[in-house]
Amino acid sequence: MAASLRADWEMVVGLEVHVQLRTRSKAFCACSCEYGAPPNVNTCPVCLALPGALPVLNGRAVELATRAALALNCTVHPVSVFARKNYFYPDLPKGYQISQFDKPLATDGYVEIARSDASPMRVGVTRLHMEEDAGKSIHDRFPGATAIDLNRSGVPLIEIVSEPDMRSAEEAGAYLRVLKQILEYLDVSDVSMEEGSLRVDANVSARRRGAAKLGTKTEVKNMNSFSGVERALEVEFVRQVGVLASGGTVQQQTMLWDAGAGEVRPSRTKEGSHDYRYFPEPDLPPLVLADEWIDRVRHDLPELPADRRRRFATDYKLGEYDVNVLTASSRVSDYYEAVARAHRDPKVAANWVMGEVLAQLKGSAADIDTFRVRPQDLAGLLDLMRDGVLSHTAAKQVFAGMVATGDPAAQIAEREGLVKVDDDAQLAAWLDEVIGELPTEAERFRAGEKKLQGVLIGAVMKKSKGRADPRKLNQLLAARLGS
Amino acid sequence: MTEPIPTGTAASLQEHTASGRTTTAATVDSALARARDVNAGREGLNIFVALDDSYLQDHATVSATQLTDTEPGLLLGVPVAIKDNIATLHHPTTCGSLILGGYVSPYEATVVRRLREAGAVPFGKTNMDEFAMGSSTENSAYGPTRNPPAPDRVPGGSSGGSAAAVAAGIVPIALGSETGGSVRQPAAFCGIVGVKPTYGRVSRFGLVAFASSLDQVGVFGATVDDAARGLRTIAGHDPLDSTSALLDVPDYHLAHRRSVKGMVIGRPKEYFPESLDPRMRARLDVALEHLRELGAEIRDVSLPHTGLAIPVYYIVAPAEASSNLARFDGVRYGLRIGGDGLKGMYEATRSKGFGPEVTRRIMLGTYVLSAGYYDAYYRKAQRVRTLIADDFSRVFASGVDVLFTPTTPTPAFPIGAISDPYEMYMSDIFTATANLAGVPAMSQPIGRVGGLPVGGQLLAAHFQEEKMFSVAYALERALGVGASS
Amino acid sequence: MAVTIDDVRHIAALARLGLTDERADLLMTEMNTILGHMAVLSKVDTKGVQEAIGVGAQGLPVRDDGGAPIPLARSLDAFAPALRDGFFIVPRLSTHESAEEE
Repeated sequence: MAASLRADWEMVVGLEVHVQLRTRSKAFCACSCEYGAPPNVNTCPVCLALPGALPVLNGRAVELATRAALALNCTVHPVSVFARKNYFYPDLPKGYQISQFDKPLATDGYVEIARSDASPMRVGVTRLHMEEDAGKSIHDRFPGATAIDLNRSGVPLIEIVSEPDMRSAEEAGAYLRVLKQILEYLDVSDVSMEEGSLRVDANVSARRRGAAKLGTKTEVKNMNSFSGVERALEVEFVRQVGVLASGGTVQQQTMLWDAGAGEVRPSRTKEGSHDYRYFPEPDLPPLVLADEWIDRVRHDLPELPADRRRRFATDYKLGEYDVNVLTASSRVSDYYEAVARAHRDPKVAANWVMGEVLAQLKGSAADIDTFRVRPQDLAGLLDLMRDGVLSHTAAKQVFAGMVATGDPAAQIAEREGLVKVDDDAQLAAWLDEVIGELPTEAERFRAGEKKLQGVLIGAVMKKSKGRADPRKLNQLLAARLGS
Repeated sequence: MTEPIPTGTAASLQEHTASGRTTTAATVDSALARARDVNAGREGLNIFVALDDSYLQDHATVSATQLTDTEPGLLLGVPVAIKDNIATLHHPTTCGSLILGGYVSPYEATVVRRLREAGAVPFGKTNMDEFAMGSSTENSAYGPTRNPPAPDRVPGGSSGGSAAAVAAGIVPIALGSETGGSVRQPAAFCGIVGVKPTYGRVSRFGLVAFASSLDQVGVFGATVDDAARGLRTIAGHDPLDSTSALLDVPDYHLAHRRSVKGMVIGRPKEYFPESLDPRMRARLDVALEHLRELGAEIRDVSLPHTGLAIPVYYIVAPAEASSNLARFDGVRYGLRIGGDGLKGMYEATRSKGFGPEVTRRIMLGTYVLSAGYYDAYYRKAQRVRTLIADDFSRVFASGVDVLFTPTTPTPAFPIGAISDPYEMYMSDIFTATANLAGVPAMSQPIGRVGGLPVGGQLLAAHFQEEKMFSVAYALERALGVGASS
Repeated sequence: MAVTIDDVRHIAALARLGLTDERADLLMTEMNTILGHMAVLSKVDTKGVQEAIGVGAQGLPVRDDGGAPIPLARSLDAFAPALRDGFFIVPRLSTHESAEEE
């Protein structure tokens, strides 16, 4: 878009995020929520909507939803009401979705994000409510038919609706990343867009800068990643500005993002056909939460990302970059903290976790929770280094061994003979061997070419399989060949 | 009832079975024979949608433990007919509709399970108005049911088949369902006892929903005691029904021990309009006189919002029904008729599968919930409903123990006599208030008008069924079982 | 608020009831008659009156996260109109992107 157009027009974005709650059983029946089962095995009269079946609410879903609401600074309402959202679709077995409408679980929250210029801003959370997921419709498996799998029907969701406070695709992306991180720290969901446990619909409109009134918004759907959301918002904004700048009006409609083509196009849903006829769910009396219960959930909230970042900076004296890397994931930060507390040198711990551990995880796509090297073990390795038993090089080798076998550091070091050697006699013997093997270099070093130190030291290190104590070695070399 | 049931009352059947004087198999044979004798089949009274003789005979056994239990099941050896909107494992559950023709539920309703645990024998599935929408059992896809004492007349509805099963002497107890009077009104028309419990007293798990905030499983009995035993057996909290009450169930069949002396019986003036048939009024007055003689105080009271019950009911019930019946779409069970694509399949299935009354109510219900009309209709009706419920609370709080009213304005009308929908809706004029308020209510025979049975209705405060039964037992004793005099 | 034939068509579409023209006309009349009887409600003073929602003041019971699912006495193929490889089969949707498609 031409810079002049962007200067004249402003994007306004609100986001609706659906999050699958990580409960064992579904929202309204005891069927398992497990992912990946054969079609329709996790079903029962309730989630199949057989005649006569009735919903019974999963208390854990309420707890996780409340946790999320409190972490997003919402007001949790002691009384909220479930409602039926009525529409026909083959993967919606009852012909209605149990959701919440005018009396949701929580309202009036916010999330703090950083704009692209790093200035802080708040994005309001209008509401957070509970609802159930629909099943899956698969259109390409059988020709001319749609296949319905109801395993997912009834899985508990929370819907988080933001205020239209975002003014750019970057802000939208920042909001989503912060939201995802908070939910991950809360351990309420897998929050994976790839797996479908986090879904995003965007509402976007355009208006002339300085205008008070909001423009007509369109709903944009079908994004599969945060960057997809950002791109889709840009594309739709440009389209809308194109319409408005040429004197047209934006039609309120649903647009579908086509990631492959990088385009949005209108969905074929007819205007005005979405009359959901909401009414309070007669099979579920109002949900009443005791103040003490809400207080306990608030009290039991885990440390949230912003607080953890502050604490790591203060307690561990880590810089902003390290803090951000180490706290990006709650489980990585838990791991790091366990190492730092055991080893007591937070900076060394940070380097190793950011460097060696994360590198391993990336390479093997493993989960830090199942990573073979436990924090205690890593701390043990770092202790050996600090105590002079292992050189840095040897430590890396030992680490590789720990990843491969899961054996403790000391054991591997012994077994592979990597324990640092600072015995003068042994070091002198190796040095003599190297001087014998590299007479020219030794002579040139003695003559004053100090840069050959690296070659000589390196040769001893190689001979000693990394075990030679570099400090002692340097002293010996200076004594032997020094000036 | 003008003749004793060949199978006997539930109490005597239970006693005879427990003592070994009879067996469940013999009782089942006797009931099946009776059904043949009264021509209960499709060509005759058309009481049952399904009655699998050989299945019942093969399974009519009572376990040895049930026989030797010190506390034999309350309904040991008793055959109980089940309305066809209650899920059973063997017989189909059609709800009187083509859309569920042949559908056999893969799970059992809680009330049926409780019957079996008490030693009862679920005995076939009875005919009903389609999806419980009707007051005459003329809206069934499987033909109308006939009123056993007067076969050219309707048995009432929607639980007409269950009422007829008891009235014809086939079984002493039958389960029905109530949304606006669908147990009490047929009980009155057929000359038997019919009970609607407090909303939440009996589990709805396995009762095919019509209007979820009104529906309750109800009990028919040849006598008050039969109905009391039936209710005692099926009532109680069910964790599978979030609207079921966490309250103990009293022994309703012992309620006869409480005398009516000193009880206050309210006579709400709105249920005794000028237009009430004087012969009906006479029967009600006789009943009240008996209660007076037994030492009850009869007090005139007022339930001022009574006249609004039908408009409220016919907004709230169809609204909830329109949503409850959306699941009948041909996708997962029941009838499926192909059409042009998915939308065509939905429309063909639902237009062929649903009868005219159901279609009418789905249309009404969808309309009153739709955008622009929700506030004026549904929300308004739910507010007036609170006023109706408050009328009852106020009267009961003022010291009234039970209320006494006619059950219906008239006795049973001839089959085919009423074709205007709203006129048919007016049959519920005295019964729908109890469903809207959630209070328990029952009908018992109080005599005949023009040779046809009529019923008197008792209502009590929430979860006060015992008081209702105490008065009913006393009245039955005074009038004789069936009140046929 | 009279019900028009367009209203009837719209409502029938929302409820996925395929109506013939004849039936639609008849329903229009029936609905207007029935709703006419409801007009009395608009005259009732309900200021400050709560809608009748919920059974008791105790609120909604919740269950533990787990336990055994309600078992089915028969497998899906005993009652499903069309099942293939364990999936319920329906005619392919004309478009398939959004959940509320016609």
